[in-house]
Amino acid sequence: MKLFEIAHSRAGDKGNTLMLSLIPYNETDYPRLCSTVTAEKVKIHLKEIVQGQIIRYELPNISALLFVCYNALSGGVTTSLALDTHGKSLSYALLQMEI
Amino acid sequence: MKQKIRIGCGAGFSGDRTEPAVVLAEKGALDYLVLECLAERTIALAQKRKMTDATKGYDPLLEKRITLLLPQLIKNNTRLITNMGAANPVEAAKRIIEIAENQKLKIKVAAVTGDDVLPIINEQAAAMKESENNKPLSDYNIISANAYIGAEPIVQALESGAHIIITGRVADPSLFLAPMLHEFGWKNNDYDLLGKGTVTGHLLECAGQVTGGYFADDVMKKVEGLDKLGHPFADIYMDGSSIIGKVDGTGGVVNLQTVKEQLLYEVMNPQEYYTPDVIADFTTVHLKEVGVDQVYITGGTGAGKPSAFKVSLGYKAFYLGEGEISYAGAAAYKRAQLAAVIIRKRLELHFKEIRIDFIGVQSMHKSTFDHQGEPYEVRLRVAAKARNQEDAALVGEEVEALYTNGPAGGGGARKYVHEVIGIVSTLIDRNSIFPQVTIFES
Repeated sequence: MKLFEIAHSRAGDKGNTLMLSLIPYNETDYPRLCSTVTAEKVKIHLKEIVQGQIIRYELPNISALLFVCYNALSGGVTTSLALDTHGKSLSYALLQMEI
Repeated sequence: MKQKIRIGCGAGFSGDRTEPAVVLAEKGALDYLVLECLAERTIALAQKRKMTDATKGYDPLLEKRITLLLPQLIKNNTRLITNMGAANPVEAAKRIIEIAENQKLKIKVAAVTGDDVLPIINEQAAAMKESENNKPLSDYNIISANAYIGAEPIVQALESGAHIIITGRVADPSLFLAPMLHEFGWKNNDYDLLGKGTVTGHLLECAGQVTGGYFADDVMKKVEGLDKLGHPFADIYMDGSSIIGKVDGTGGVVNLQTVKEQLLYEVMNPQEYYTPDVIADFTTVHLKEVGVDQVYITGGTGAGKPSAFKVSLGYKAFYLGEGEISYAGAAAYKRAQLAAVIIRKRLELHFKEIRIDFIGVQSMHKSTFDHQGEPYEVRLRVAAKARNQEDAALVGEEVEALYTNGPAGGGGARKYVHEVIGIVSTLIDRNSIFPQVTIFES
């Protein structure tokens, strides 16, 4: 199963840092996401995209995770040659992950 | 003192739609309308316009937005707070006065300045470093330097009775926090209240992003009426709790999912969300759906305020040359790949940094994961960095020349050249910033 089927995500950016939220549609899936979607697994899944470390923050009050990915945007919004300089589409790269 | 105020957000970036703000001003029963129109790079571009004409440098849509909104704002006694002043809040204020006079409206406008710290940066560039890579600022050809200032000068402007407060660079949530401080008498060291107000401001600041924009996928997340997406408002209570909602009859949705996505949007550390006003903790927030398109926000805390302000610096980076051409039908991807080989050979002598993308195959992410299958059509995109405009133009010219010199059936070539302004940031002691409020009347 892909993450897309049980969770949603929004991508944000600050400089060369990418933030990806991960939010289960059903809050009862939150513990499962916490145990299966670790920072290490996301780092492997996004190995071509994220060059730096990934820090995972847990927000149990709202049943959501946040992955902060360093060195992920080819130098950042303003000077990258990429089409999607902000990495706005990268939420859907995370949701491609098999669990 | 009011127990509750309603603040709407009618724009989340400079290029945002104009009519959602008009709908909010007409039907939203707002106490305050905020238009957040300054992305990282917007102010550097505005500074460039100001350099060629000292009366410019405010938001290019200022006249259009103000002309549409002003009669409704005055009629409904709604005050406007906006950072559309960009690089030139004083000239923006004068322009708003002209528009008011044309519409025979008597108004007071307050311009908030002091965010422009270019003189300080120019003086100290050799000793200062940018935050991300620690490179000295003197390595950059800096054209703008604006500190993210906080809510306090806006509160001062509100105390003057101004109908419109126009600023340059202000931390986005501070635009919303200011009327809360003004109306509820919160102190600037009531950190939990400042944290709560910052949470609500952060939820509103991207406008349509909390009402179903940047959200729908039409599979798992269906949203109705995106063509007439309503922008949000919040009812904010004296204790700092709030309810996010939108005008009845507008498109979009406000629910737990939209609010959660926006709460975490562009957050570097949810336990320590830095603004000039407070270091807010978003992990203490609780959310509850309390009606159709109504989400109740409680919790949210704060701990102290940073001793330094973030400064956003714009610098002349390079000229971007781009060219695109499409291939379709049998062996489309093969032909696009052949075109890429040709282009790389033609351009690699001239450019150090070239990027080639196959749109429709792989251009957005550096991986396609397990996705398979040959596409029917492919668009080749070539981009390179150049020192000047003429060199940058070569990229598009070479792609266009593939019409007659390249693979079969190439069509729809386009070419673009843009000057790229880069952004880096640094920190500056908050005590070296002196915001000012200047009043203008029609």
